[in-house]
Formats: sequence, structure tokens, C-alpha cells
Amino acid sequence: MTFYEVVRFALRGLSANKLRTALTMLGILIGVASVILLVAVGNGSAKAVSDRIEALGTNTITVMSTGRGGSSSTALTKDMADALADPVLAPDVKSVSPVVSSSATVTYEGSDHDVNSFTGTTPAWFTASNTPVGEGAAFTADDEAQARRVVVIGQTVAEELFPGVDPIDKQVTVGGALFTVIGVLEEKSSTGIQDSNDTAVAPLSAVRQVLTGYGSLNSILVEAASSDKVDAVQSEVSTILNQKLSVSDNATSTPYRIQNASQLLETQSETADTFTTLLGAVAAISLLVGGIGITNIMLVTVTERTREIGIRKALGAPRRTILTQFLIEATLLSVIGGALGVAAALIGSHFTIVGVKPVIVPSSVGLALGVSIAIGLFFGGLPASRAARLRPIDALRYE
Amino acid sequence: MSRPVLDVRDLKKIYGEGEATVHALAGVTLTVERGDYVAIMGSSGSGKSTLMNILGALDVPSTGTYLLDGVDVSKLADRQLALARNRLIGFIFQAFNLIPRTSAVANVELPLAYAGVKPRERRRRALEALDVVGLADRARHEPNQLSGGQQQRVAVARALVTEPALLLADEPTGNLDTRSTEDVLTVFDQLNAAGRTIVLITHEPEVGDRTKRLIRLVDGRIVHDVRQTPVLAGRHAQ
Repeated sequence: MTFYEVVRFALRGLSANKLRTALTMLGILIGVASVILLVAVGNGSAKAVSDRIEALGTNTITVMSTGRGGSSSTALTKDMADALADPVLAPDVKSVSPVVSSSATVTYEGSDHDVNSFTGTTPAWFTASNTPVGEGAAFTADDEAQARRVVVIGQTVAEELFPGVDPIDKQVTVGGALFTVIGVLEEKSSTGIQDSNDTAVAPLSAVRQVLTGYGSLNSILVEAASSDKVDAVQSEVSTILNQKLSVSDNATSTPYRIQNASQLLETQSETADTFTTLLGAVAAISLLVGGIGITNIMLVTVTERTREIGIRKALGAPRRTILTQFLIEATLLSVIGGALGVAAALIGSHFTIVGVKPVIVPSSVGLALGVSIAIGLFFGGLPASRAARLRPIDALRYE
Repeated sequence: MSRPVLDVRDLKKIYGEGEATVHALAGVTLTVERGDYVAIMGSSGSGKSTLMNILGALDVPSTGTYLLDGVDVSKLADRQLALARNRLIGFIFQAFNLIPRTSAVANVELPLAYAGVKPRERRRRALEALDVVGLADRARHEPNQLSGGQQQRVAVARALVTEPALLLADEPTGNLDTRSTEDVLTVFDQLNAAGRTIVLITHEPEVGDRTKRLIRLVDGRIVHDVRQTPVLAGRHAQ
């Protein structure tokens, strides 16, 4: 009897009981798909967190004032920002961008839009804060020096004020002054409740003239030469600021606060790792449960057919032929079921699950598929080989 | 003289151990020549089913020798035993034992498949065998679409399709009504007339009367072994 014929026997065996075959495959499908999807959701949420932090810029630090009400002794000033760009005292600083921001109403041809953060800064801010300009161009250092009233707007602002119109070179009114739109920012992923695309960026000097006045800065964005220099930059910055704000070396608190994006990233990725581990554990448990399901149905299927094995033996089927047939049946069930499970998981990963876009981990596909096929083969093959070893009369009498 | 199809010497089968020991067969010696038609009768517990299972190579005796067509079955390994079941014996069960959800012709083809016959040849011979038992028009039916008598005739077709030296039937009519019994026995008569060796067990005297030789088994021993003129029933009497 050729191998091809044994395969045909196995196929006939599977098609002879379609419901049982379908249910077995469904069990395997669910086991495999749930493991892959769970790991993908875990991985996806971890990725989402790190993407959001990376969007903030990883080799920057942000200096913010902790003082209240802009008292002159603790406020951050343009002067301090200039002092930070010191190649001698702060050699690792690549750029310094003073930032002022306030909310403002932007008007264009009668329609108006409240911009959440109307930011005034220097051109270096675009690269430091990882906010590239999509259409048009950023303003230049010259624009800043001349306090030209030009503005780069975020996606949300562009959609609100210029539906279906190219916003470049249009004039908008902000705080009673006319600004020319020279660029639109690329879309940015939102970090939280706030829409980070609802923004507008203009030269620091222009914003101070029109909106905020010449008071204190909201923050200073300092970019390090590279991401491993961030800590060095942080200490250089604090040294200079301590001097400027005359903070004694043993003071317990400073009037400013330094936010370090790479520290944030580290903490967050640790959290994400924990999350992935947790989901891995959940996946392992579901793999185990799925495996027990497969075990159960395989044992039942083969045990139920012990009598059939007895008949086949009585008709002169050698042990090896019977074993091969049942192994092929088990293989087909687990491979087809597993493949359908992978397909289901791949389809499922295109949907957002509980607010997370799943990202498939290739190794989880291999693991889930491998384990379920191994379990299917083992628990399909073991009882079949036991039944094939029985004397025909014992197999026939099996109830 | 040709060698006997069946040559059994001092066959014993013992179940259990110690006080619970049961001698299902207590030394059976039996020879069946080619072309014979033998009925083994006995009450339940007389060991006739045990004897049949051993003759069909489905079970092994505790002691004694069993030559099937000159081959010592007790010395065969699993693979050769499978071959012997396939080529030398056609076994018919009381409970039909067809493979469920599989068409009649596929059931009849099964022994040929295990014998390594090519699919086209297999189909031809299976249809021929179904024709012999008068079920050529039911080839595509599955067992649950056939009556008991028809199922048993499919089982007979399956047993004779490999043209074995010996047809063994374990109470072939035990689950059948009078008419179906008649159908199956007619097939047996024809097969024997065509030269097939048949051994069957039964507890129905009218089935035993149709054979050429009647053996009675009591408590695992042969107590009665006579040749007789088969009674040809009803419309088949010449």
C-alpha cells in the first residue's frame, strides 16, 4: 500500500466525519489564534508607548520653571537660554530653543479656531522636538531675528481653517496681528488627551510681540549632541542655571525642573517589558489550555475509533499502515487548524483591539503553531499506536 | 491429497489466573479440508466464539498449534499475521463491523487496498464481489442506509473479495430476521458450491442443517462431529 493511498485513507477518514473534524480544527484554531493575538496586543501596546515617547524626542531635556506667577527671581528668561548655548561650559549641547506658548484664536476669512498651544520658539526647536514640517518650510533664524509674522500650523488647525484649500501663503489673524502661513507640520501621534496636532509654531520674537509679551519663558528645550550625552547635558545645564539663579550647591530644591525624555523612555520601556511578560504568561496559560483542548479531542477521537482500528486490523491492515493513517489525520488536523489559527490571528491583528493596534511577534506564531502541532501529533499518535498494538479482538471489543 | 485448510491441534485458551481460571477451550483438535462447509454449534459459553477468533487470527491461543493453509500462525510476527488475515481469511462478524460513513463499495475495497491492489482493479473486483451477494445496485450506499441483511451481505462481499482460502463467519445470522438470514445463507450455499471453504458458528439448528458437517462444542471440547447431507431450503431445493 503506497503512502499516497494512506494519505487518501486519512482524507477519507477526516471527511467521513465532518463535524468532528471541524470541531477539532476549531479547537486548535482558537488555541493558536488566541496565543498569537494576545502576544501581539501586548507587543503592540508596548510599541505604542515607546513610539509616543520617541515622538517627544529622546535626546532632549526640557527645563521648566517651578516658580509661580513669573516672579523675576525664579523665572526662566531668554538670557538664560542664551547662556546655555555655551560651547565652553556646555560642550555637549547641540541647540537651545526657548519656548513660550499660550492658547490663541486663529482667524481666517471669518472662520476661527482656538489653538491649544500657540508656540513661539527658534528654528532649532523643529529638529530638537522631533516635529518635522510636512508641507512648506519652517521659519528661519532670520525670520526670528526680524520678528517676521510667519507661522507653521499643525494638521488639526489646517483641517479646521482650510478645508480643501492649500493653507500656504494664506494670511491668518492671531491676537489682532496678521500672520502668514508658511508651512504645515507633519501629523504627529497624540500622547494623551491633548491633540498634539492642534498647534501652531511661530518665531519667538513675533509671538512675544503679539501674544505673550516679554515676560518669562515657559520652558527651554535643550538638545544634546547625541542620545548618550543627555545625562552630561543635564548636569551642564543645571550647573549653568544654578549659577544664573544663584542656587547654592547644597540647596535641596531648585526653582526649575529638568525633564529628561530618555529617562522617561527607560521607565516606560521597563513598564512595557513588564506588560509583555505579563501577556506572555497569559499566552502561555492559553497555550496550555488550548493544548489540553487539543489533547482531549484527539484522545476522544482516536479512542472512539478503536473499534474501527480493530476492524481494519481484522481485514489485514498492518500496524504501520494504521499508525500512518492516524498520524496523517492528526497532522492534517493540527496543521490545517494551526494554519487557520495563524490566518485568523493575522486578520484579527488588522483591527484595533481595546484601543491597541496589535503587532504580531513572529516567534509567537512559530511557538503557538509548533506547540499545537506537537501536542496534536503526540496525543493523536499515542492512542492510535496503542490501539494499533492491541490484538484485533481486544480492539473490536473495546467500548 | 492436498493439505487441509485448517489444521488445529490441542488448542487451549485459558482466561484469568488462580481460582478465577476459565478454560474457554480445553483442547480442541480439528481438521477442515478444502471445499468443506462446517457449522460449529454450542450453547453460549461453550467456547465457540473463542475458537472462531483464534481461527480468524484475531486472538492467540494459550497453547496448541494452528496451521492455516500449512502455515503455523502462532509463529507469525505482526506484519505476516496481517498478511495472513488479509490473504487467507475472510472474516464475517455477527455485528457486521462495516466502517461507518463509508460507502459499501469502499468497505469492500478495504482488504484489497491493504493487499496493495491498484485502485482501478480494486473497484472492479469490489463491484464483482457486491454482484455475487446481489448488492451491485447498492454500491454507493453507506452502512446506515442499508438493512441488516444488506449490511451483512456487504460484509460477506468484503470477506470474499480477496478470494481467501477460508471464510469464517461468527454467528453471521445472529442479528438478522428470517428473510435476511435466508438471503445470507443462500449466498453461503452458492459460495460453497463454487468451491469456497466456509466455517461458521451458530446456535440456530436450521442454519446448522444447511452445512455439510456439524460440530458441537460443550465446555471447550468437541463432543460431536458428523458429516451430514445439507438441507437445501425452500425455493433453492433442486
